[in-house]
Amino acid sequence: MSYKIPAFRHPNLPRNELGHTTKDYEGAVSTLCAGCGHDSISAAIIEACFQKNVPPHRVAKLSGIGCSSKTPTYFLGHSHGFNSVHGRMPSVATGANMANRELLYIGVSGDGDTASIGMGQFVHAVRRNVNMVYICENNGVYGLTKGQDSATTDLGSISKKGEPNALEPIDLCSIALQLGATFVANSFSGDKTQLVPIIKAAMAHRGFAFINVISPCVTFNNTPGSTKAYDYIRQHMASTNTVDYVPPADEITAEFPEGTDELVTMHDGSVINLHKLEKKHDIHSRSSAISLIQEYRAEDKVVTGILFIDEETQDIHETMNTTDRPLRDLGTKELCPGGAELDAINDLHR
Amino acid sequence: MKRDIIVNKFVIKFANVNGTGSASANKLFSRSVFRMGVPISPKNIFPSNIQGLPTWYEVRINDTGFLGRRGGIDVMVGMNPQSMARDIQEVEKGGYFVYDSTKPIDPSLLRDDIDFIGVPLTEKCREMYEDPRQLQLFRNVMYVGVLTALFDMELEVVKQLISEQFKGREKIVAPNFLAVETGYEMAKKLHACPIAYRVERRDNVGEKILIDGNEACGLGAVYGGATVSAWYPITPSTSVIDNFARYCRKYRIDAETGQKNYAIVQAEDELAAIGMVIGASWNGARAFTATSGPGLSLMNEFLGLAYFAEIPAVLVDVQRAGPSTGMPTRTQQSDVLSAAYASHGDTKHICLYPSTPKECFEYTALAFNLAERFQTPVIVMSDLDLGMNDNMSEPFTWDDAKLYDRGKVFKEEDLENMEERFGRYLDVDGDGIPYRTYPGTHPTKGAFFTRGTSKDEYAIYTENGEKYIENMKRLEKKWKTASHHVPKPVIRKTDKPCTVGVVHFGTSEASTLEALHHLNGMHGISLDSMGIQSFPFADEVGQFIEDHEYVFVVEQNRDAQMRSLLINEYEFDPECLVPILHYDGSPITARFIRHEIRDWILQTTTSPRRRSRFY
Repeated sequence: MSYKIPAFRHPNLPRNELGHTTKDYEGAVSTLCAGCGHDSISAAIIEACFQKNVPPHRVAKLSGIGCSSKTPTYFLGHSHGFNSVHGRMPSVATGANMANRELLYIGVSGDGDTASIGMGQFVHAVRRNVNMVYICENNGVYGLTKGQDSATTDLGSISKKGEPNALEPIDLCSIALQLGATFVANSFSGDKTQLVPIIKAAMAHRGFAFINVISPCVTFNNTPGSTKAYDYIRQHMASTNTVDYVPPADEITAEFPEGTDELVTMHDGSVINLHKLEKKHDIHSRSSAISLIQEYRAEDKVVTGILFIDEETQDIHETMNTTDRPLRDLGTKELCPGGAELDAINDLHR
Repeated sequence: MKRDIIVNKFVIKFANVNGTGSASANKLFSRSVFRMGVPISPKNIFPSNIQGLPTWYEVRINDTGFLGRRGGIDVMVGMNPQSMARDIQEVEKGGYFVYDSTKPIDPSLLRDDIDFIGVPLTEKCREMYEDPRQLQLFRNVMYVGVLTALFDMELEVVKQLISEQFKGREKIVAPNFLAVETGYEMAKKLHACPIAYRVERRDNVGEKILIDGNEACGLGAVYGGATVSAWYPITPSTSVIDNFARYCRKYRIDAETGQKNYAIVQAEDELAAIGMVIGASWNGARAFTATSGPGLSLMNEFLGLAYFAEIPAVLVDVQRAGPSTGMPTRTQQSDVLSAAYASHGDTKHICLYPSTPKECFEYTALAFNLAERFQTPVIVMSDLDLGMNDNMSEPFTWDDAKLYDRGKVFKEEDLENMEERFGRYLDVDGDGIPYRTYPGTHPTKGAFFTRGTSKDEYAIYTENGEKYIENMKRLEKKWKTASHHVPKPVIRKTDKPCTVGVVHFGTSEASTLEALHHLNGMHGISLDSMGIQSFPFADEVGQFIEDHEYVFVVEQNRDAQMRSLLINEYEFDPECLVPILHYDGSPITARFIRHEIRDWILQTTTSPRRRSRFY
C-alpha cells in the first residue's frame, strides 16, 4: 500500500526559485524498513531536485524490481514514474530518452537489479552514454527475497544468514569506468552532505551519470561481519573529494589554497567545485580513478566522492544526430512521406 | 523427346553455391520475366551461412496469376556440383536440366525422362576473364543469357534491366551486356532454341509491383509514423529495419539542419529492444521492433508488462522454422500461439496476419494506430516466405487526408480543465480503454506511476483481489472492443450452397486459393474460404466456422496452432476443424493443399450422402 503524506506543512518552509517547497518534491510514504538506507537516498534526491530548481513534472523516474526499485514511489510525486521489470530499467530509460530528449531521467536500481540480472543492460546504457542519472542503491544483499548474497557482496562479508560470502564482488564503479562512463561517483546513503551535491552534479551532467550509493540494509545486512553495514562504512569510508554545486547564474567567490580545489564547468553552465582531499587523483583521468578504487580497497577502505568526469562528452542524441525537438512531438506532416511519394516508390518496383 | 509447347506456365529452379553472386543474376532473370508482363513468384531457399553451401532460387512463372508455390520443378539450372544429384532427381518428368558442361556430368546421374542442356560456361569464361571473382560473377550473368535464348525471351528487356540496375555506373554495363549476349549466342549455337517451355510477352502484370514483405513492413513503419526503432539482428527480420533505415534516410532527414527525425538503436539483445520500444511508447513516441521466434521468446516478460501496464508497442515477427534455433532460413507460421498469448499470467495480444506485401505495408502502418488506440502490443505476423522473397503485389496506396490516431491521451489543456482526479486506469467511456498522459505534460496533474504490479484505477499499487479482478475484466472488455476495430476476415463464398469451408491466414493464402480453384476444376469440389486477418477474432470469424459443418484450417506448423487458437477462443468442437499442415520449412504448395483436401474427403466421406456435401 502507498500512503499519502499528510498535506500539512510548516507555513515558513523555504521556497526555491520555482516557488516550490521540498514538499512539492515528495512522494508517497515509504514502505521500506525503518532505517533503510534507501529512504535517505530518496530524501537526498528530493533535496537535490529542490535545490536545483527542477520542475518536478519534467522528471521521469524509472526503476527495475527490488527494494531500491520501489523507491521512486517515495519521491517526486508529480513526476511520471515507471517501475519496469527486473534488471531492465536501462532499456526502458533509453527508449524513453529517445522519445523525448528534454526531460530529466532518473533511474533507480539496486545491486541485484544492476550487477546481476540487469548487468547486460547496465553495461550498454553506459556505452551509449544515455543522458540520465543512474543511481544504484547498493546494499550487497537481496532484501525483498529475504537476505541472499548479491553480486556486490564483498568476499568474506557476513550477512544475517551467517555464512561468509565465498565469491569476489563486482565493483560497479570500476566497471562503469572501464566501459567509458562519463560521470562516475561513489557515495554513502548516510552522508547526505556529500550525496546531495553529487546528485545535483549528476543531473547537470550531459550523458550517463552513474552514482553507486552504498545503502545499508538494516534488516538483512547490517550485521557486525558485513562490509555494507552502517558501522563498517562509517569506519572505512574515505572521501577523495567533497563537492559544492554552484548553479549557472552564481558567481564563484570563495578562494581556496591552490592545488586543493578544482572547478569543473558542466554543460548547463553550472560549476562543480571539488575540494580535493586526495591530491594525487586526477578527476579527468579514468585510469587514475580505477587505481584509486583499487588502492583504497587494498587498504580496506571505501573511496567516495566524484571519481571521474568527462564534462565535454556527447550524449546519445548528439552521437545519433537526432532532431532537437522531442521525437514524440513530431506529427503526421513531418513523419509521413505521403501518397505521391508512395506512387514513386511503387514505380521503382515495376 | 516429344513435348507440348508450354508458354508462361512453368517452374524454374536455380541451384547455386551461396556467396557466389548468383542471387543478383537470378533476380535479373525473374525481373525480366516480370517486365515482359508475366506474373512470377520467386522463392529463395537459402542456408544459414555466408559462403559455400547450397542455395536455391525457385521461380514460378504463371500468366494466370497463381502466386503460391505450385510444387515440382520443370527446369533446373544446376550450377552446384554439391547438390547436383538431388537437383537432377527433383526435375519433373519431361523437364530440363541446364548445366555447365565444362565438366561432364557423372553418367550415373543421367535420366532419360528429362533433357540435359549443357553449355560450357566456365570454359568460355576462362577465355574471357582472368580475375577469378569476375569469372564467377559473369558466369552467372551468362546463364541468364542462355535462358533468354532457351525460353525465347526478349534480350532487350534483360539488357534494359541491366542498364537500370547499374545506372550511374556505366562502366559495369558493357561487360554485363557482353556476358548476357555471349550466353545467348552460345545457347543458340549449341541447342535448338527455343525449348518447349517459353516466355511470351503478356499484359498480365498491370499495375502490380514486385517487392518483399520486409521492405513493405519497413516502409509501413515510416508511413505509420514510427520515430523510434530498437532491434537486435535476427534472420529473417533484419531487412525490416534495414529498409526502415533506408527510407528514413530518404524521407526523415531535416533538409535545413541535417538532423534525423527518427532514432534507430541496435540493442544488446531482444529484451533490451522491446524494453526500449516500451520506454519510447510510454513516453509518447511511435516505436517498434522487428524480430523472429527466438526474439519473441525473449520478449515475453516485457510483452506481459506492456499488456498489463497498457503501453503501446509494435512488433514485426518475421516467423521462421522453430522450435529453438530451428531452421533459421526456412519459413513457418509457428509463432501463432506464442505471439497471441505471449508472457506469463492471463495475457492476449493483438496479432495481424498479412498475406501480401501490400498487407505488410498497411498492417504495419495500422499497427501503430491500433497499439496507441488500445494501449497494448500489436504483433505483425509475417514470415520468411513473405518477408524475404519478392512477391507480386497490388501497388501500395496512402490516403493523405488521414491523420494518425494517437488514441486516448490527455493533453495539458485537458488536464488543466479537469476537475475530477485523473485515473490512469479508469474506464471513462465504457469501452475498457482508459486515458493516458505523457510524462512532462502538466505541472501538477496527470502524473501517475506505471507498474507491472496490480493497481487500482488511479495506478496505486494494490493487492486487493476485487480491484485486481475489476482491472482484469476491464482489460477483457478492451479486448472485446479491439475485436471490432481490427481487420475483418476476407470471406470468399462459392456460388453454390456450401457446408464445408477452408480457413487460411498469412502466406498460406495464395496456395490455398489456387488449390480451391483446382479442386473445383479438376474434382468438382467447391468450398467457401476465409482468410483470417487478425486476432482478436472479429465476430465474422466465428460466424463463418459456425456456418460450416467442417472447416479445413491450412497452416504452416506441426501443431495446428491457429486451429488451437480458434478452438480455445470459441470452444468449437475440434472434430469440425480439420488441420492441413505443412511444415518442412518450404512455403506451402497449392498441390499439397489440393491433395490433402481431396484425400481427406475421399477417405472420410465413404457414404454418398456425406460425400454429396463436397460436390
